[in-house]
Amino acid sequence: MSGHSNYEPKTGIERWLDTRLPVVRLAYDSMIDFPTPKNLNYWWTFGGILAVCLAIQIVTGIVLAMHYVPHVDHAFASVERIMRDVNYGWLIRYMHANGASMFFIAVYIHILRGLYYGSYKAPREVLWILGCVIYLLMMATAFMGYVLPWGQMSFHGAVVITNLFGALPIVGEAITTWLWGGFAVDNPTLNRFFSLHYLLPFMIAGVVGLHIWALHVPGNNNPTGVNVKSKEDTVPFHPYYTVKDGFAIVVFLILFATFVFYNPNALGHADNYIPGNPLVTPAHIVPEWYFLPFYAILRAVPDKLGGVLLMFGAIAVLFVLPWLDTSKVRSMRYRPTAKLYFLIFVVTCLVLGYCGGQLPDDHVIPGLSTFRLFDADLNSFVWLSRIATLYYFAYFLIVLPILGLTETPLPQPESISSPVLSHPANAPAGAAASPEKRG
Amino acid sequence: MLRKGIALAALGLAVLSAPAAYAAGGALPPKHVEFSFEGPFGKFDQAQLQRGYKVYREVCSSCHSMNLMYFRNLGQKGGPFYDAKYPNPNDNPYVKTIAAEYQVKDIDSETGDVIDRPGTSADKFPNPFPNEAAARASNGGALPPDLSVMAKARHHGPQYIYSILTGYKNPPAGLKVSPGQHYNPYMNGDVTAAWSGPHDKVPPGGFIAMAPPLAAGQVTFDDGTKSTLEQQAKDVAAFISWASEPKMEERKAFGMAAMIYLIIFAGLLYASYRRIWRNVAH
Repeated sequence: MSGHSNYEPKTGIERWLDTRLPVVRLAYDSMIDFPTPKNLNYWWTFGGILAVCLAIQIVTGIVLAMHYVPHVDHAFASVERIMRDVNYGWLIRYMHANGASMFFIAVYIHILRGLYYGSYKAPREVLWILGCVIYLLMMATAFMGYVLPWGQMSFHGAVVITNLFGALPIVGEAITTWLWGGFAVDNPTLNRFFSLHYLLPFMIAGVVGLHIWALHVPGNNNPTGVNVKSKEDTVPFHPYYTVKDGFAIVVFLILFATFVFYNPNALGHADNYIPGNPLVTPAHIVPEWYFLPFYAILRAVPDKLGGVLLMFGAIAVLFVLPWLDTSKVRSMRYRPTAKLYFLIFVVTCLVLGYCGGQLPDDHVIPGLSTFRLFDADLNSFVWLSRIATLYYFAYFLIVLPILGLTETPLPQPESISSPVLSHPANAPAGAAASPEKRG
Repeated sequence: MLRKGIALAALGLAVLSAPAAYAAGGALPPKHVEFSFEGPFGKFDQAQLQRGYKVYREVCSSCHSMNLMYFRNLGQKGGPFYDAKYPNPNDNPYVKTIAAEYQVKDIDSETGDVIDRPGTSADKFPNPFPNEAAARASNGGALPPDLSVMAKARHHGPQYIYSILTGYKNPPAGLKVSPGQHYNPYMNGDVTAAWSGPHDKVPPGGFIAMAPPLAAGQVTFDDGTKSTLEQQAKDVAAFISWASEPKMEERKAFGMAAMIYLIIFAGLLYASYRRIWRNVAH
């Protein structure tokens, strides 16, 4: 997509096409000849895995749309009918429903990999921001998709989330009415969600195209974070990374298949098999697991508008991350202090996710009621969420800006090839490799 | 690094796979009861499905609808009356006979009059009540839920159904049960408001409008199985589980083939990966 092209058309038709529309050249340069750092580890395979996830969601989704009925009276039954009477409908629907979860597992690993190895730093800021846009679109798509079966969690989840916009001052009420297409979540809401749920994945596919383009201009980051210096540092994408990504994709598909075939409803909520009923509110309205951290942040704030702003802020902060991190060292492999803060950040995200699935006032440690400070019961999930939320934002707004100026990073290797050559596996017997250079 | 990464990923997965801890009201966890269809190789027991269908038909169906079920489903592959001789369930004589025992409302195509005709395999299970208001009126204001996907609509569905059916208990002293309600420790709910005993000893469970529906000997099983309360409850739980997920056996069989394929494919790819990369220091 950029830089020098090594493509040489071999057949007459390729030469003819190349002077008119060089698509074969584009494919060759970006998927076969593309020079890729030779030290990418398995955390780098999630880009390919995500591409497969998107393809699976689009293909299964198009087939489901052929059978689904977007109407409040028929949606629930039509989904069940797909599972019962459409040939392999159960397979298509369970792949689509679990595929969303798999997509998010992969995207969270992909994002954390970018955070750890500093893949958002110059010259990859645009690449990172496009990734954030994809993530935002994914969340919107997943939320609207979860509404479509019109079960109890679909309906009441839609009510809770659309009501969030009502917290905005002045325009809030008008926006909610506009979103609903009426004065409550009802058939018009379901219709427009279906329409948008069909549209957004193609927008995601478009932004993925830009994301890959923005990747191919500076090239891949790598576990050392050191720029590619010479041809020694790279291998052509094919066959080296097609086979490595291919292996990782198939291993990921095994995980996917265990859910689809043996635990198809484990990641969902039983209440969503009860047809949506506006008159009966489920005891606990919880979103799908991949939204739980944000749900915890939302509920951590006593003020509704504040909660909404903080929840969206949790994603917005990712967009400006390239300018928040002041460290010139990309990979945290050479930033021992940052590595520690990063580990706490990962735990914080998991804690937020756990809190999002609990009742805010329940005790974290059951039976312990002494952690009281004035009116606050510190031994409650809402307080745990608050502490975790504080760290989530502090990591981006305080730790990364300050740490980059104060820390002393470990020495970085000269080039990608040098730590490879000093890797314990390749070192002559007796030579001690420095531990920080381990791959 | 990689090892730490794997440990982290495992931690993440452990958190994901931990049963989502949504507080379950105050109900007791469902009883442990084993079903033939559990696990990756589990299959439905056809005799049990037949018994379970009989319990549903003779007891449950007087109040509970199964709106997603058609008579033909009974004869489809994996169903209670599937017979390999009749790959098309509409030809299955059992299915035809069962359907014909019901009278179904229809429109006479000649006159347009509403008529009753014997059911066919293409008809849905008839709804016991013409509408929700009628269902509530006959059940003291409570609506008997549709049972089509009940095993998927509750956590641990089959065990839950079994526990509710066998779990009725005389209310403990100090618990005031209003008329038309019944105490069941496995039912979701909160009985605090009706409890006059000590505050830290509120009984588990909730109130359910359904009176204990099953009793020993209530349904006579054609295969000679002893008709205990537990047997009836277990069989009907199995039937409802099948109705909730009629393609489960097909799913697991397909899954086994898919798994074998994927594991072999992964092995081949790993071998190719090692071979292609063998001369690259990385």
